[in-house]
Amino acid sequence: MTSLDFTGTKKLTLNPVSITGRVEIAPSVFLISFRRDFSFIPGQVLALAMQPTDQYRFYSIASGMQDPEVKLLFDLKPGGQLTPALAAVNPGDIIYTSMPTGNFYGTAKPAVWIAAGTGIAPFLSMWRSGLKRDKILVHSGRFLHSFYFEEEFKSLENNYIRCCTRESGDGLYFGRINKWIEEQKRLPNDRRYFLCGSAEMVVDTRDALIEKGISYENIIAEIYF
Amino acid sequence: MNKPSLFGTTLSELQEIVAEIGMPKFTARQIANWLYKKDVAAIADMTDISAENRRILEEKFDLGLVQHSKVQVSVDGTKKYLFPVGALKFIEAAYIPEQTRKTLCVSSQVGCKMGCLFCMTGKQGFQANLSAGQIVNQVRNLPEKDQLTNLVYMGMGEPFDNMEEVMKSLEIFTSEWGYGWSPKRITVSTIGIVPAIKRFLDESQCHLAVSLHTPFEDERKMLMPIQTVFSLSEVLETIRSYDLGRQRRVSFEYIMFKDLNDTPRHVKELARILNGIRCRINLIRFHPIPNTPLKGSDDAAIEQFMVALNNKGIRTTIRVSRGQDIYAACGLLSTKELVKKPVDD
Repeated sequence: MTSLDFTGTKKLTLNPVSITGRVEIAPSVFLISFRRDFSFIPGQVLALAMQPTDQYRFYSIASGMQDPEVKLLFDLKPGGQLTPALAAVNPGDIIYTSMPTGNFYGTAKPAVWIAAGTGIAPFLSMWRSGLKRDKILVHSGRFLHSFYFEEEFKSLENNYIRCCTRESGDGLYFGRINKWIEEQKRLPNDRRYFLCGSAEMVVDTRDALIEKGISYENIIAEIYF
Repeated sequence: MNKPSLFGTTLSELQEIVAEIGMPKFTARQIANWLYKKDVAAIADMTDISAENRRILEEKFDLGLVQHSKVQVSVDGTKKYLFPVGALKFIEAAYIPEQTRKTLCVSSQVGCKMGCLFCMTGKQGFQANLSAGQIVNQVRNLPEKDQLTNLVYMGMGEPFDNMEEVMKSLEIFTSEWGYGWSPKRITVSTIGIVPAIKRFLDESQCHLAVSLHTPFEDERKMLMPIQTVFSLSEVLETIRSYDLGRQRRVSFEYIMFKDLNDTPRHVKELARILNGIRCRINLIRFHPIPNTPLKGSDDAAIEQFMVALNNKGIRTTIRVSRGQDIYAACGLLSTKELVKKPVDD
């Protein structure tokens, strides 16, 4: 099926949804929920706004495709146009979302997931949707509390790498993802690498992977636009 | 604290400003006239505005003009201008003189968020959006300004990721109160941000260029991360939904990569997906960037590709590479070396 079936422009109409929960899972990092009344493919995004006429932003869905609620993960950006209001919503409040769109699809095939910060969201959705086999997850964060949902991923054991850039801790790699990649003797070349993070993170990580001999054809990126 | 700039304000913004300050309504047009038609160098020189009102304007605003800080000249005559934009940030603009056309390639952002695999600007990440004034300033302070025939938004940044300021700058360039340029002299290039394409086609009469680079969605995803959000089919569906008449042009930019997107299979698919869109394709030689896994197609392959597309009825041209020796050619603009921002995750 082509992506057109999911991303027709007409489907970007924003519809009201009622918030069912808001949790600050780490300092300035929030998870909001609302009831799911559509289906989606793990890795897809929703356009989100406080009012139907506002400029919307895209957020990856962070919940599983069978979960009764949709969850969205975001950083509070002080002075931002959307996240300060979003961080203040309460159950019962109305926000506006599009139908799911985008084609950063998860796959049942072996894959390496590389995320920075809240870039973990699409991989969490894939994980919670059952796409768990043969996955390696590399997640970077600044602080010890930046590895959101780490309890869920611990079953990956040695295939769950947490790169912490500002603090040291048990079982954590101290340094950036790039440094971790550079230090690997061998990276699997028979699987796709999915990247999600800022433009800088994606560009630097992609360059590091290519330097390590990973074909660009096996690197798929989603950037926080 | 920096004062806001007058340069880069639209007429409606100037009308709000003068109303707020309590100046006569017609002063807005006088200011616009000084800013965009008379190339005034200081607020004090706006001599048809009363001395008292000029004093008030000076108290509240800077003019906001910025000279280039460096220029590099290519052996082919192309010039690359470096403009400072705020503290420790820089952008580049490329002036490309040809026999009959003199084109300026302007930047719309410091860096870029789009992360395309083949682009040098993407390698520096994103630092800032330019204001409309900073965009228009690249023309205003170009030594060759009066010779310009064409303007292309193909410098650093994705114009449609800075939509408000880009649209304001287009208004300044094309309005009778501004530079009064025909919109047919201006082309805005995008990698394909669908909602912004719709707004641009609705609100502007300028030409549109879209970075295509391959007709196959999966291949495009490897080259351009935007494909994961806005698919090529959606971009084409959007363009196809507009009747652009015969005056307005849609072109598709196509960088030629050896053994990746230069095959007969690509010609066939391009002909299929562009069916029904009155357009032209610009084939662009790939200008290698550091550590790239991509290789450029050779000249014979590019020529052959052009002929094959023309035979399919798609008007196709090869863009002449300009300014490659000074890194001013397509995809090479970057001020990364001037960016000292640490990135720690």
